[in-house]
Amino acid sequence: MEPAIEATSLRKSYKDVPVLNDVSFSVQKGTVFALLGSNGAGKTTTINILTTLIKADGGTAAVAGYDVAARPAKVRGEISLTGQFAAVDNRLTGRENLLLIGDLRHVADPAGTAVDLLRRFGLEGAADRAVSTFSGGMRRRLDIAMSLIGSPAVIFLDEPTTGFDPEARNEMWRTIRTLAAGGTTVFLTTQYLDEADELADDIAVLHQGRIVARGTAGELKKLVPGGLIELTFRDEETRDAAATALGTSYAPAKGEGATLTVTTDGSVSRIAGIFVGLADAHIEPTEFSQKAATLDDVFLKITGSSGEDR
Amino acid sequence: MTHALADTWTLARRSLRHITRSPDTVITVLVMPIALMLLFVYVLGGLGQLTGSVSYVDFIVPGIVVMTVVSGISYAAVRLNMDVQSGIINRFRTMPVAPSSILGGQVASSTLSNLFSSLLVLLVALAIGFRSHAGITGWLIFAGILLLFTLATTWLAIFFGLLARTTEGAGAFSYVLILFIFISPAFVPTSSMTPWLRGFAEHQPMTPVVETMRSLLVNGTVGPHIWTAMAWILGILVVSYLLSVTVYKRKAIVVNT
Repeated sequence: MEPAIEATSLRKSYKDVPVLNDVSFSVQKGTVFALLGSNGAGKTTTINILTTLIKADGGTAAVAGYDVAARPAKVRGEISLTGQFAAVDNRLTGRENLLLIGDLRHVADPAGTAVDLLRRFGLEGAADRAVSTFSGGMRRRLDIAMSLIGSPAVIFLDEPTTGFDPEARNEMWRTIRTLAAGGTTVFLTTQYLDEADELADDIAVLHQGRIVARGTAGELKKLVPGGLIELTFRDEETRDAAATALGTSYAPAKGEGATLTVTTDGSVSRIAGIFVGLADAHIEPTEFSQKAATLDDVFLKITGSSGEDR
Repeated sequence: MTHALADTWTLARRSLRHITRSPDTVITVLVMPIALMLLFVYVLGGLGQLTGSVSYVDFIVPGIVVMTVVSGISYAAVRLNMDVQSGIINRFRTMPVAPSSILGGQVASSTLSNLFSSLLVLLVALAIGFRSHAGITGWLIFAGILLLFTLATTWLAIFFGLLARTTEGAGAFSYVLILFIFISPAFVPTSSMTPWLRGFAEHQPMTPVVETMRSLLVNGTVGPHIWTAMAWILGILVVSYLLSVTVYKRKAIVVNT
């Protein structure tokens, strides 16, 4: 099957400052793809190239099978963009915003489409109020609703939850999941690892204009081998004794309460060594658990090391 | 591009809605030139001695109409710049909408609203004693020149609206144009100006435009300045159009990245 988005060796510089350097990835139809990176990593530049707003200096990109540089009009017929800041018309009402987009996309029934979306996004009550009176969350919902008109095959969301409170973020996550379940391809950028973990089928980590890691959340987590063993003791005195017993070879870190965290490489001998060390010292932990690496650990490991390369 | 005309009209309607929903814009665009006209006629009416056989209100009406258009187009620049700053223009640019429709909608709404304000200003002028000797043909040519002047200056506004980094700065170019109107024979004959100012006044674009409009309204003829006026108007139209399209295409209109 032909991918929904295919980027090959994209390069872009602004006044000799490289922003994207040989960026390649592909996104399968009907999947959610997250481009993960910190501020200034080049996420928005990538979205701007894919949505035909700017031209790449080098490399090629195709969306829905059309080359973005050669057939921008065709690409625009298949996509919608929801930028970082709600691109709504504050001086029109919610309904008028939806009608405007419906007219421009030449949908069969702009008024009916508007009514349907207002209901879906809980904006019926505010439909005929000027958008300037909307709250930030309502504006963002309207923004997304406008993006859905004409059922684009590929939806681009640039940092859809930046600056959101947890409740608004959960609501946005639900919307994105609903879109994906309906077969829409979703390309999102985010600074949040948990967001990529939660939503994306595939993740690419963009750092200083390069893709430094790619894969599913699970695959990326394997880049940080092993994980953490967290031990809990009866009291802090016991915990301190355990820390002494494990000594320098296991570099235990003292945590909240009477806990101790030990980083492992995942090997049986090392995990066994921890418990042998405790048994030799006649210390019984009251509780222990193994924690898998989070995407945060992955991100820090990848970007930390490649940051030192420079 | 079968949808281009429909899309232009859709976007022009949107922009006209913005105009009718911001009373402050309507008031500034209409009240300023009308107040200026009343000020000149009733307070500075003594200037009428300088205009010979032409009554002072007849003398200044073309300048007032030009000023109406210039203050109107500054808001076209502001409206377009607000679209750039809010990011909604990027939404339009990533939609299957003809690029000509996105700028064309602004041009159409600016032209329609400016012709409407000019008409209102002319009606107020008639009420305070303005009389024209122009026949139907004279009025039609006057309307044609006004239309071309509005189009040319609107494209200039589009250029500044796309270029400006802040919405406040987008309309600032119109102050220069207003200054040009004051240093032209719009309100006093250039013969009353100091020589170096007169030299400037006689070689800048507002002068032949105002002179031709006045000749049409007072005498019903285009007068000797028509070709200079047309050259300026068409020159500004072509250059502003090309500059606007270049900025629109080349410059990534991407804010807040």
